Amino acid sequence: MFNHLRPALTLVVAMTVLTGLAYPLAINGIAQAVLPDKANGSLIERDGAVVGSALIGQAFTSDRYFWPRPSATGPDPYNAAASSGSNLGTTSAKLKDRVVADVARLTVTGIAQPVPADAVTTSGSGLDPDISPASAAAQVARVARARGLDPSAVTSLVTRQTENPDFGVIGEARVNVLELNLALDALKM
Amino acid sequence: MTFIGWLQISLLFLAVLLVIKPLGLYMARVFSGERTFLSPVLGRVERDLYRVSGINPEKEQSWLGYTLAMLAFSLVGFLALYAMLRLQAYLPLNPQGFPGMPSDLAFNTAVSFITNTNWQNYGGETTLSHFSQMAGLTVQNFLSAATGIALAVAVTRALARSKVATLGNFWVDMTRATLYVLLPISIVVALVFVAMGLPQTLHASVTATTLEGANQVISLGPVASQEAIKQLGTNGGGFFNVNAAHPFENPTAWSNYLNIFAMLSISASLVYTFGQMVGNRRQGWALISAMAFLLIAGVAVTYWAEAQGNTILTAIGVDPALGNMEGKEVRFGQAMTALYAAVTTGLSDGGVNGMHGSFTGLGGLVPMFLIQLGEVLPGGVGSGLYGMLVFALLSVFVAGLMVGRTPEFLGKKIEGREMKFAMLAVLILPLVILGFTAVSAMLPFAVASIGTAGPHGLSEILYAYTSAAGNNGSAFGGLSGNTMWYNTTLGIAMLLGRFAYVVPVMAIAGSLAAKVKSPASAGTFPTDGPLFVGLLIGIILILGGLQFLPALVLGPIVEHFAMLAGQTF
Repeated sequence: MFNHLRPALTLVVAMTVLTGLAYPLAINGIAQAVLPDKANGSLIERDGAVVGSALIGQAFTSDRYFWPRPSATGPDPYNAAASSGSNLGTTSAKLKDRVVADVARLTVTGIAQPVPADAVTTSGSGLDPDISPASAAAQVARVARARGLDPSAVTSLVTRQTENPDFGVIGEARVNVLELNLALDALKM
Repeated sequence: MTFIGWLQISLLFLAVLLVIKPLGLYMARVFSGERTFLSPVLGRVERDLYRVSGINPEKEQSWLGYTLAMLAFSLVGFLALYAMLRLQAYLPLNPQGFPGMPSDLAFNTAVSFITNTNWQNYGGETTLSHFSQMAGLTVQNFLSAATGIALAVAVTRALARSKVATLGNFWVDMTRATLYVLLPISIVVALVFVAMGLPQTLHASVTATTLEGANQVISLGPVASQEAIKQLGTNGGGFFNVNAAHPFENPTAWSNYLNIFAMLSISASLVYTFGQMVGNRRQGWALISAMAFLLIAGVAVTYWAEAQGNTILTAIGVDPALGNMEGKEVRFGQAMTALYAAVTTGLSDGGVNGMHGSFTGLGGLVPMFLIQLGEVLPGGVGSGLYGMLVFALLSVFVAGLMVGRTPEFLGKKIEGREMKFAMLAVLILPLVILGFTAVSAMLPFAVASIGTAGPHGLSEILYAYTSAAGNNGSAFGGLSGNTMWYNTTLGIAMLLGRFAYVVPVMAIAGSLAAKVKSPASAGTFPTDGPLFVGLLIGIILILGGLQFLPALVLGPIVEHFAMLAGQTF
């Protein structure tokens, strides 16, 4: 056993330098030089200020904006410093009570039942940037009313912002909520 | 389930199928000590590593020497990682100023990474410095994977050689696995990941002002480099708490493909490497067929179950068209989440792109059962191959009993000694999983950790020990595992699942290597045809089913019927 200690020690140290420092730092150097936007989190700026990341969802509660999915992060929803899912099982009473409340909340805003599943469930990360096209369509009337816009103009905006599967196969149809709301703000101006 | 969904799933398997042969042949060259196209660059580094470590690469080791070297290497790796996690406050690259980990959590995490489990009782972005993530976790992502590959190569040599006392040199195999296989592929995958949107920076976070005027702190870090080896090494420990469900670990459908492809490709190709090295490629394909059959069956059941949705929610006005969306991301949908879930548990990866604990009863049963089958579909890098070989030995033994001949595998007679060690290895999983689950289910302070009452609570505990003993690392996350009890017992389960399994396997290898490799005769039961594949699948299912079905009935199956009855807990 003891004759194995020298190779064990030296290889752990050498591999730490190689795979733990040289490797990530080299990737870091290349990424920062070649793809700085993506390597730094795909941030979106408006008027010179960072308003979020294209990949990370953020909370919207105003009637003037499309709403994202519910989020299970704490202490606030869409806490991008502490990702978390609800981890509630299908038979959880907590889950059922929460969904009952969310369905009621959406019904008040004029969304007909059955509501799209993603609109009342929390995502795995709590940071899902997307909603389904069905969930976006269900919110058009509310947003158009709050902004005094023609619903058909909002619908066509949603259609433009909908990302469809590549080649019709790879990926799911989805709408990025932050980008949709940015386009909505731009529409008014 | 939709046709498009199945098309998405098929494309991934097709891509992996295409890479099995070239990558398998390449690895066969690497572990036969031949020159490869990377030798001009890496040969010098390799020789320098041997020189400073005092290793004679020509000197081979017996099975015991090989095993002791592996244990010494794992022990040193554990101590180094444990110290690093405890002392993280005093180490560099800690922009958020995180304190050192408490002793029980550091023990659990260090064991978790040296055993290739990567169970996460910690939340990455809220507890670990960049230094710990890079120089600690990333390093063990490489080394635990390289160790698994080395062990599988040693077992392969035992079946390839005739009447020898040695199985190769652990230090050489581990070093070559790291330098020639894991590191170069990681570099390529990490750079593609950056192009797909995974962050790679030493900044800790950025603060955005949202459209509604709130502040949003967004955690960042060297994600891409860690994600690449996390998948290639079937480690599965994420940079972030929610693993590959996090948009920064897995931003698009394409990154999701690359994640699954990366975790599956090396492990599946190693089986081809095995066939090549033992001189029977058909044997490699036979094992791959058995793995693929069970894995695809697992994908199908999970996909079907999840696409039905949660009937309790359907009854209160939720549209089931998108399926069960609790704990899942819109960009992946049901097909790609089901595929990820089955592959990550058929392998011993354990990364997740949706929360397994929020799956339906049957959808969640599959990942758990795939781990309980022994992590051989195709399993962790290396560990899956040697696990599958144990099942192959059991299969020829059973076949031999049925026809009354001395069982043989690849020209090696399988006798009592090998069978005893095989049973020792195979029985460690039920002992650890069912033993610890039973004890935990009776201890009030252990039961207090569960997140959902009723049958799902038992599933959470059962899944935790299944995942730990199978060195998987995924979880039913409702369980608050960061307690003294779970940190300690899950750590012990991981150690037993890795080392108490592999030591008997290495003893089998030593015993097989010493035997004559006799040519096949007319009376030999062919182990590379469909009959053997069917028998192998049967043995895996019967062993796994007999051992774990009673526990699964009490957990996920009761949950399924409770859901259908509309009962909540």
